[in-house]
Amino acid sequence: MTGQIPIPNSIRHSYLRFNQWRTGIDFSPFFWLLFVATLLLLIGLPGFWLIFRSFTMTGSGAFTLSNYFEVFSNPRFREALLNSLILATGAGIFSVVIGVPLAWAVTRTNMPLRGLMRVLLLVAFSIPTFLGGVAWILLAAPTSGWLNRVAAALIGTETLFNIHTMLGAIFVVGLYSFQYVFLMVSSALEFVSSELEDAATILGAGIWKSTLRITLPLVLPAIVSGFILAFLEAIALFGSPTIILVPARINIITTEIWQQFQFPPNIELASAFAICLIILTAFLLYVQRQLLARKGYTTLTGKAGRKRLIDLGAWRWLFLAFTLLIATLSLFLPVYVLLRTALSKSWGRPLDATNLTLQWFDDVLFKQPFTNIAIKNTLIYAAGAAVLAMLIGIVIAYLTSRRLTRFYKVLEFIPMLPLAIPGIVIAVGIFAAYSRPPLLLYGTALMLIVAFTTRFLPIAFSNSNNIFKSINPELELAARNLGASQVATVQKITVPLVKRGLISGWILVFILSVRELSCAILLYTNNTQVISTALFQLVTEGSYERVAALGIIMLVIVFTAIGSAYKLLGRDFMLEQS
Amino acid sequence: MASITINNLTKYYRSSCAVDHIDLHVAEGELISLLGPSGCGKTTTLRMLAGFVQPDIGQIFVGDRLVSSPQRTVAPEKRNMSMIFQSYAIWPHKTVFENVAFGLELRNISRDQLRARVSRALEIVHLGKLAQRYPSELSGGQQQRVALARAVVVEPEILLLDEPLSNLDASLRDEMRNEIRNLHDQLGLTTVYVTHDQGEALVLSDRIVVMYDGTIQQVGTPEEIYEQPATEFVARFIGRCNVLTGTLLASGQVDVGGVLIAAENYAPGVSHGHEVALSVRPHSILIDPIACPFADSTVNCFTAWIKQHDYYGEFREYIVQLHESEIMLSVVTPPQIHHQVGEQMHLAIPPAACRVVPRSTQITTEVSATIAAATAAAV
Repeated sequence: MTGQIPIPNSIRHSYLRFNQWRTGIDFSPFFWLLFVATLLLLIGLPGFWLIFRSFTMTGSGAFTLSNYFEVFSNPRFREALLNSLILATGAGIFSVVIGVPLAWAVTRTNMPLRGLMRVLLLVAFSIPTFLGGVAWILLAAPTSGWLNRVAAALIGTETLFNIHTMLGAIFVVGLYSFQYVFLMVSSALEFVSSELEDAATILGAGIWKSTLRITLPLVLPAIVSGFILAFLEAIALFGSPTIILVPARINIITTEIWQQFQFPPNIELASAFAICLIILTAFLLYVQRQLLARKGYTTLTGKAGRKRLIDLGAWRWLFLAFTLLIATLSLFLPVYVLLRTALSKSWGRPLDATNLTLQWFDDVLFKQPFTNIAIKNTLIYAAGAAVLAMLIGIVIAYLTSRRLTRFYKVLEFIPMLPLAIPGIVIAVGIFAAYSRPPLLLYGTALMLIVAFTTRFLPIAFSNSNNIFKSINPELELAARNLGASQVATVQKITVPLVKRGLISGWILVFILSVRELSCAILLYTNNTQVISTALFQLVTEGSYERVAALGIIMLVIVFTAIGSAYKLLGRDFMLEQS
Repeated sequence: MASITINNLTKYYRSSCAVDHIDLHVAEGELISLLGPSGCGKTTTLRMLAGFVQPDIGQIFVGDRLVSSPQRTVAPEKRNMSMIFQSYAIWPHKTVFENVAFGLELRNISRDQLRARVSRALEIVHLGKLAQRYPSELSGGQQQRVALARAVVVEPEILLLDEPLSNLDASLRDEMRNEIRNLHDQLGLTTVYVTHDQGEALVLSDRIVVMYDGTIQQVGTPEEIYEQPATEFVARFIGRCNVLTGTLLASGQVDVGGVLIAAENYAPGVSHGHEVALSVRPHSILIDPIACPFADSTVNCFTAWIKQHDYYGEFREYIVQLHESEIMLSVVTPPQIHHQVGEQMHLAIPPAACRVVPRSTQITTEVSATIAAATAAAV
């Protein structure tokens, strides 16, 4: 490195050779090797074993197609597939029916308390769906549910609501996935200039006509992609549909995969199931991409159009009532019933002085060894996975966004792969890869940390990618130009610029890992319990007071993390979750 | 078709007055421009005309029908007006045909008639062949034509245009300006055109309404506005102009920091002994290196130094400073006349070209910047 004006190529290569200046040895091949090895371990190996075992005979290990044949010929599995499709379609439709009007009311109209309503709906989004499912069992289980007991007292029927039905499952899953539609449609509506509506109005269309014929068709791609995301969320979901539908003897794909892991385990069949689920998911994501790329839907404006809020008149109170109803169903009622249950000696009895207790918190925090260890494990695993995922994410993002390697297109694609893969499928892959020598991780903390890292690598990567895309590389080149070395540039310029983004990415992965169930449920052992698996176990034991107390603890962890992110980063944080 | 009458129209935004007690009459079939810098109230006035904004005081009549008042405002969709927006507001998810047809679909006319009218409107704006295209496949000028076709196909009584050319390239702007004028002449629509571009307003309008700070500064034909500005603001805003401030003497001369300049052209509202502004166009001022270029060398003849010289191709601009004074003037000459910086010149200001106007006290730096930008753009 002389004092000459560097040509772009020399800048490019010098990025990776900084160690060479100090020690005289070029470390970049080692660095590369380590890197490729990590990606292989996280994504390549599980993917390979997943595919391999799906074509393998149980026991003998011979090549076979019988696992796939079994998936499609066994009426029980066909039924599970059908049920999953019904659940996902239902939840998708429910999400659109709820999410679109709410998004419109919050972004385009003069509905009162719009900002607060938006926050409430997004806070509800951070409640794990599984916990939402638990809460709704406490609320609407036939006879015992709190709402049913209220109904019994008022109108004398004990089975007004029954959550243990397909409709019940659609309702609960929809309550925690309509936010996908809400977020996508809101941000699309932000880009629709009021002039587009005014143009329709002055030609003779009133508010409703211009909304239905101009505004909503304009954001149709966002509506459809919101639907697809909600659909994918529902079809990949394990916890809440399982605890709601198993008592009703309705089986779905994810519970079938889980059952293949019960004794005697049939990993091969589970793999075949998982591959089918991946194909379905990948297909829908492809459809979504095509839709978003379609010509004619990009909103054209010469200038970013100004926006006026639509005056809803008296209707605005109706929209507010509707929004409050959804906030009540998804947030207030579930949190209330969880608190109430956690604080009762027995949740079946009315909550009065004789029934009030803190014993369940004491119990799950200190007395029960397995919940106690689950809480500790959750914090350690989630923090570890977040560090690992961000570390890998940030390095790949730096390499790809600055085009430091010829393989940047491949490198951009690989970390996004797990996005198309349901958590339970990732768990099958990780299990298939790491439950056998030489890499026997089953039963260790690493098993879950690896699983969480793989699962949330796409989030960490895209988060990091956005950070680097928002930083002009010229900021770094300017420092180099003024005489700073590569190392000094990264220290003094790059790191301070990306710090906030890194922290927010870390917190996001941490939160998602704390909530994660569908991956953990196949991989945990008694020593590697996490809160979500402990909750699941407690639900199957019917120990609802403990479930509620542990659930509240999980919510406290999640909300504390969100709160500190808010404090650190401002309110943009919530929006990044989308 | 209909006339428009605006009475005492006022709109407050928070505490500031966006439109301040304005009165205006637009005759049937007239093309009138609302011209002024951003924030002058022209767009708010247009949006009140369209019915998107309700006035706080005053009324708007179309013909003798009251359409806007603080008590009652006819909804935009019931006014039978059409509007062209700054962003064109072409719906990107509809084809050209569907965009133009939308207004007619709401009017419940037969399928055949709809098709015929849309086709005719597209022919008028030369888009007949592009009916099935999506807007993203059109150029900026073509999108603007779609907006025009969509606006006129419903046969509105009144056509409103909100800075329709500001997003177009300079070359397309002239073409579309002519297009709009032709369309107006063909259909004879009462048209209100909002712009901040004085060149556009001068070429296009039957009459111009110059607005500033929520008030109407002057209403007149393009010639009246350019040659007989009513206020200092109008003089500064329209075209290149030297504006000097001083006191109007009983003799009719203006005392500009001790230099006396004779004027023969007085706007209403100026009075002796008061502060006034004296405006004179750069091309009216004569310069000569040898002798006073004016027959009567006793009136408005000065000596001056050339401080700056700019060559524009079509003309030259000299910035000159009057001898023993702070007064700087811009002088425009044909390109053949070439002088050097530092040369001493004789300079004559014809009194007939000197217009004395009342001062506009509130011209803020921000507005002067917009004026400077607008003047620069007009060159």
